[in-house]
Amino acid sequence: MIATIADWLGAGCLVAGALLGLAAGVGVLRFPDALSRMHAATKPQVLGVLLLLLGIALRLRSPADLGMILLVAVFQLATAPVAAQMIGRAAYRSGRLDRSLLDADELAERGPGGGTAGPA
Amino acid sequence: MTGPPEAAREASGPAASGRGRFGRWRDQTVALGWLVVVWNLLWGDINWANVAGGLLVGGAVLVFFPLPAVSFGGRLRARGMLVFAARFGVELVSASLHIARIAVQPGYRPRGAIIAVRLRVPTDLNLALTAEAVSLVPGTLILEVDRDSGTLYLHVLDTHGPADLDVARERTRAVERRIVRAVGSAAELRRVETDRSERGTRP
Repeated sequence: MIATIADWLGAGCLVAGALLGLAAGVGVLRFPDALSRMHAATKPQVLGVLLLLLGIALRLRSPADLGMILLVAVFQLATAPVAAQMIGRAAYRSGRLDRSLLDADELAERGPGGGTAGPA
Repeated sequence: MTGPPEAAREASGPAASGRGRFGRWRDQTVALGWLVVVWNLLWGDINWANVAGGLLVGGAVLVFFPLPAVSFGGRLRARGMLVFAARFGVELVSASLHIARIAVQPGYRPRGAIIAVRLRVPTDLNLALTAEAVSLVPGTLILEVDRDSGTLYLHVLDTHGPADLDVARERTRAVERRIVRAVGSAAELRRVETDRSERGTRP
């Protein structure tokens, strides 16, 4: 009985995660500039991957698999922002952004090339 | 590096500066413990061979890839951590749905903005944790971190004018407040609570 419920919940999580992944893909295609695309490429994917992992965990239910899934989730959460920041920063510094789409740019007000260029 | 962050580190309590060697050993031991746990999870089960292997590999990692010491002067508060986790989950879901919706909405071109948010507790640990948490929630993307002044530069997606920028700023500072409430020291906590009314975050 509980196994059936867990299976159905897992299936629901898998479908929801896959839909979020699809929306992220559509966003990457449709958003106008590099910075907006980074939102789509990194963010729905976080929740999407977590839902997929939850779905898999509900289906598999063995301790060894749960440990591995937990590790995947932790590494996903720890690394996604780092990648997003590096790509976003590279896009900003190389000028690949559409300024007509920006309401404000307080990073430019700081002055060109200012601040720490080192590891942040 | 001198300046505000250094002062803040000093202000984080006598415990932080007086720990010295013992603190460093404690940090290393905690790191080794986590590495052993990760190693065992990677192998899929916990037995003596994996624990020994984990100790060996973890020790090698710590010796050959030393990281700059991150001093942890605060303490863990269960209630603060629960509040943070719950709010993080809520924001993660609602923001993910929002981004997914504007991604598939026909003919919609979202506007964005780059804002500066100056954190009230500019320690390395708080800066990193806040940047991580803010970055994981959709709609905000960290572009640049100014470590000296403890300022995060974020790109916010789907803004409709200056009011939205203030909302985003306030949201980021709320994330910081929840993090400090979860893991900050008493001095950091006081700083976050007393600064509550202050809004001017433009550099």
